[in-house]
Amino acid sequence: MRKLIEFKNIVKDFNGNLVLKGINLTIHENEFVTLLGPSGCGKTTLLRILGGFIPQTSGEVYFENIEISNVPPYKREINTVFQRYALFPHMNVYDNVAFGLRIKKQSENIIKQKVEKMLKLVGLEGFGDRAVTLMSGGQQQRVAIARALVNEPMVLLLDEPLGALDLKLRKEMQHELKKIQKEVGITFIYVTHDQEEALTMSDNIVVMNNGEIQQIGGPTDIYNEPQNRFVADFIGESNIIEGTMLDDFSVSFDGATFECVDNGFTEGEEVDIVVRPEDLDIVPLEMGKMAGVVRSSLFKGVHYEIVVETEFREWIIHTTDNAEVDKRVGLHFFPEDLHIMSKLRTY
Amino acid sequence: MKGFANLVRPYMVWIFGGIVIPMLLIVLYAFTKHGNSVMAFQFTLDNFIKFFDPVFVKVLMKSFEVAVVTTLLCILLGYPIAYIIANVNEKIQTLLLLLITMPMWINMLVRTYSWISILSDKGLINGFLVYLNLSPIKMMYTDFAVILGMVYNFLPFMILSIYTALAKMDKAIIHASYDLGANRTQTFLRVVFPLSLSGVISGITLVFLPAVSTFVIPKFLGGGQYMLIGNLIENQFITVGEWNFGSAISMIMAAIIMFSMYMTRRFDRDIEETSKGGGVVW
Repeated sequence: MRKLIEFKNIVKDFNGNLVLKGINLTIHENEFVTLLGPSGCGKTTLLRILGGFIPQTSGEVYFENIEISNVPPYKREINTVFQRYALFPHMNVYDNVAFGLRIKKQSENIIKQKVEKMLKLVGLEGFGDRAVTLMSGGQQQRVAIARALVNEPMVLLLDEPLGALDLKLRKEMQHELKKIQKEVGITFIYVTHDQEEALTMSDNIVVMNNGEIQQIGGPTDIYNEPQNRFVADFIGESNIIEGTMLDDFSVSFDGATFECVDNGFTEGEEVDIVVRPEDLDIVPLEMGKMAGVVRSSLFKGVHYEIVVETEFREWIIHTTDNAEVDKRVGLHFFPEDLHIMSKLRTY
Repeated sequence: MKGFANLVRPYMVWIFGGIVIPMLLIVLYAFTKHGNSVMAFQFTLDNFIKFFDPVFVKVLMKSFEVAVVTTLLCILLGYPIAYIIANVNEKIQTLLLLLITMPMWINMLVRTYSWISILSDKGLINGFLVYLNLSPIKMMYTDFAVILGMVYNFLPFMILSIYTALAKMDKAIIHASYDLGANRTQTFLRVVFPLSLSGVISGITLVFLPAVSTFVIPKFLGGGQYMLIGNLIENQFITVGEWNFGSAISMIMAAIIMFSMYMTRRFDRDIEETSKGGGVVW
């Protein structure tokens, strides 16, 4: 895929507060990229720098290999769907969507065709005359998307666009956004703090924390092969344990040695080990690799969330079979369920 | 709750004694004339008919003319000032707002008096002109002085109400406009200005209504011959002693003001209906 956007060493300093600490990132054509991280990690700041709404303190932004730091937002081939839609309250749906085209002085005939086509794409056919302020959050969202896409940008920036919607609507919109992205075939850069949203929609996820990129990768990579403790903790639920690498394929923690599939560490290196709750199994005492007592069991719909206390720690386990509280059980896992991360490794 | 409800009573007495009774007295005076020894008051419409003498109608027209000019000047001067204040950083904003409101801490009479010493024939400006060997300009007792005084006095109200509308505007909306390709001028004309109209309209209400009825400013800066509707009413009560005619003019004024307020409110609501209406942003 062709390289479209490149951030080079972007630093942003808000009055002595380093929000971005040297971001290097390349984004390709037709990609659905998600910037994922907790609030305050700098993801929205990075998006605003790309949109041209705030200047970076240092570093360069390239768009199709041209440095665009000094290009004002209205001259960038980028459109944005804002956090709370930012629709023009004094215009109806049609005029909101037509805004960009009218600025470009296209003929009203062409505008009408394009606007109607776009309203159809976002499922708002026939809503042109409605006042945007009288619409529901989901509908306003669609107007905001139509208003941005009608300009046929090369990149669409989406700043937590689903944050204000309820869970069910959010899920619907996730699928719809993905569908729209495939249909129009342009790059989407999506900012969210919701890891599930990121995993559902993205081709590539950029995990950020404290103004730094922690990991870049596809959803399965990020989930199955987190690079460090932060990523493992932020994406999905996990049991994170400190241990020591004894040799290739052999790790020690909680007073025992276990077989694993990781190699390439120095002998005796301190490591973080991730075990996903769904990879742990509750088995009869004698069949387990570890022994513990069931402390609690919560029904979560699809699975039970069970806490088992061993001599050293509490383990969270997701399983479809319930276990009796206070019962002594064994815990089982396979070597490939242990994911070993170097303590030093950040992206 | 009943105990609290009783607290309203002194206030009711106050409203009744301070507002309702005087108003009723004005109505009473306006529709009556001095009676004979049998009847203290006699009902009449003469006071109203008397007003439609060309001399008085001219005074009314003049009052409106001065108030309209004042309001327009306040918009023309106030909008850019409000726009600048709303767009500088917050610390400077607070300072500028303080500077705008500070003159209002001083009594309006004092402020209007001080204009006399600036504008008078031997005042500050003319003193300076003479010093430069230029011929002095007659400024006191002209339309210029009166309108200057009014604009000076009422401008802060216009600035503050436009500022409020501009400051509460969601910056994301302006960013959205840039994002869609509109430059600064286009953004101002298509987004910022239409959305600030509600502020302009409340500013008009705050400036036009006092401007059309003021009597202090024309009296001091326009002189004894400068007659606006406010001065006319004041004269009827204080100088001429024609309380009945004065009351009738007051009622006519009140009716006109109520009508114009109704019209502005309606216009304002029309805008609100097309612009706002309980959306997420507002």
